[in-house]
Amino acid sequence: MPEAVLTEGASELRFRDPAKAKALSAALGRVVGEIGRVPVSVMHVCGSHEQSIAKFGLRTILPRDLNVIMGPGCPVCVTDVPEVDEAVVLAQDGVRIATYGDMLKVPGSVRSLADAQAEGATVDVVYSAAQAAELARDTTEDVVFFASGFETTAVATAAVVLGDPPPNFSVLSAHKYIPPVMEIVAEMPGTKVEGFLAAGHAATITGSAIFERFVARHKIPVVVAGFEPLDILGGLVKLVELVRDGTPRVENMYPRCVTPEGNKNAQAQLWRVFRTVGGHWRGIAHVPNGNLRLRDEFARVDTRRRYRIDVRRLWTHAPSALTQVCICGNIMAGIASPRDCPLFGKECVPDNPVGACMVSSEGTCKIWHQYGGHPDL
Amino acid sequence: MTATSSIRTSETLVTLRHGAGGRAMRQLIGETLAAGFLQTPVDGIGLAAMDDGAALRIGERWLVVTTDSHVVHPIFFPGGDIGRLAVAGTVNDLAMMGATEPLGLTCAIIMEEGFRRSDLERIQRSMQGTCREAGVTILTGDTKVMGRGELDGIVINTTGVALADAVIPDAGLRPGDRILLTGSIGDHGIALMVKRHSLAIDAALESDVTPINGLIRAALAAAPGTVTAMKDPTRGGVSSALHEMAEKSGVGIVVHEPRVPISPVVRSAAEMLGLDPFQIANEGKALLGVRPEAVGAVLDALRAHPLGIAAAEVGECIADHVGRVILDTGIGRRLLVEAEGEPLPRIC
Repeated sequence: MPEAVLTEGASELRFRDPAKAKALSAALGRVVGEIGRVPVSVMHVCGSHEQSIAKFGLRTILPRDLNVIMGPGCPVCVTDVPEVDEAVVLAQDGVRIATYGDMLKVPGSVRSLADAQAEGATVDVVYSAAQAAELARDTTEDVVFFASGFETTAVATAAVVLGDPPPNFSVLSAHKYIPPVMEIVAEMPGTKVEGFLAAGHAATITGSAIFERFVARHKIPVVVAGFEPLDILGGLVKLVELVRDGTPRVENMYPRCVTPEGNKNAQAQLWRVFRTVGGHWRGIAHVPNGNLRLRDEFARVDTRRRYRIDVRRLWTHAPSALTQVCICGNIMAGIASPRDCPLFGKECVPDNPVGACMVSSEGTCKIWHQYGGHPDL
Repeated sequence: MTATSSIRTSETLVTLRHGAGGRAMRQLIGETLAAGFLQTPVDGIGLAAMDDGAALRIGERWLVVTTDSHVVHPIFFPGGDIGRLAVAGTVNDLAMMGATEPLGLTCAIIMEEGFRRSDLERIQRSMQGTCREAGVTILTGDTKVMGRGELDGIVINTTGVALADAVIPDAGLRPGDRILLTGSIGDHGIALMVKRHSLAIDAALESDVTPINGLIRAALAAAPGTVTAMKDPTRGGVSSALHEMAEKSGVGIVVHEPRVPISPVVRSAAEMLGLDPFQIANEGKALLGVRPEAVGAVLDALRAHPLGIAAAEVGECIADHVGRVILDTGIGRRLLVEAEGEPLPRIC
């Protein structure tokens, strides 16, 4: 590769400018100071936000009195144990499972898909729903796509379902829908959350206006933000300004991608294929309308209707006693941090996770374990 | 260990993450393979050091030995093939011990029944060419064939021997030492990943697989005695290599991300695939710990060599945060992430 194409690193990228980041960090400190009480707590509900915050080392330049909490924003982490068990049982029965890499290590009641794979099951890691369908086209075996993700990712699954997938392809949906869980967090007793940073990519689909009703009901501001360091810092400045001024409203700080009405075409595909049903989110609560399941007309592609899946046969061992100690739920609800967990970094590590938050690259515990949390570096 | 956790597969079977070059692999080796061999006294560097190779004192000089088995999929990839990898990998491991003039290599090949003869010839030609570049030859070898399905294609093991006047261990870093990197990171792993997954990235992505003993020889000659540690960031990438060096040396390391050379294509591809370039394998790069007063001389020598044009000073060693690697992103600071054998297929 010629030397001329090598760059000096991230500094020249517009939304990663160190000088502007420092200015925004100073502005954040100023506004938080003007609020006049500490700490100020805001929540984001997106693993990609936490990834970016950690990856660029933003926590080392956030004001000490600003608490940026990661909420239930990791779809892998909130995938419930019985959902993992369904995939494990199918895999053990010789059905080929295709799924995202993060789903491999999520502990089920006694086994993860990675465990099943090591014992001989066929599990393929795919980067997209389309790739899973491709896989099915190239084989005569049945392929089950164990689908996780929020509405953004669910749209991609919907497109594949609508795109005439091969007859040996089906979807085991663990897709989740974010807006209902924000209500749960806002109504949780003892919640400290004074503002939400909403995920920019989900909002490209849903539109920013979807949060208007939430703001009207809970009087908590919502700012839609992107994922580059300056996007996040800019979004936080706007959010604490709204907190300071006591003017709860929706602000779109990601206008280069997000419109108020969102992507109508994608929404149409999403709701054509999926409907919302209530369901348990791992560690959180029962979330009314929080799960996305395939509509009746797509029964042919719905794994749960094509196979009789009996997860009870997995329950030959009691689940690890450690899972009783795990506080992933409280961490995702924003009322505890990983350092409050007695297992964190000891019994629970990415290589041998107890809770799902330690599995996914978007899980709070894994991110903290890897990047050092609130480091004093 | 609790009674319930012992039923977990990860503790009873070897999994792919044990071969990924990270903490899990070091732990497996320590707990099983190295047991019983660690106590045997060695005059020099033996298994206990878990270095790139071993070094035995022979009079005033050192006999350096290293061995490496190579499995890669696909066996022919942009920028190289398994033959080039097998020669360069072992030559580079010797060079990382300070032995830049190898006496020779051994080569053991195991093939699967049905392996194409033309592919074998192509691999042989590639090994010949790479040996010429490195100034080394193959002294002896072994060939086996296994039944269909008993092996995936071909496995090549090479062992290298060399004499050196001084041995440079992984563990020699001291606070104040600077960290030099000989060129851009991530090229090998990303090129393979893109090829293997048939990702439609329309750009020239090539592995950097190359013997770099000549480059290292030039660097060592520029300021003798000032290079305190060396490691090639292969499996596990720059992150694993730096973590190992920091742990063994008892120092902390600060890396300045904006100074780390990386091609825009590799950066974009890595972001698209959700991969950290610091965890991606390289096959023609080295990390050098250098005394601060010699940085200029060593860097000049590296940059004067065709394989070191993009060499850069990327970090420094500190006395606190022992065993940790801190990344200064230009915006803030965080810990550098060590690879854990993510569910990515093997790449070297």
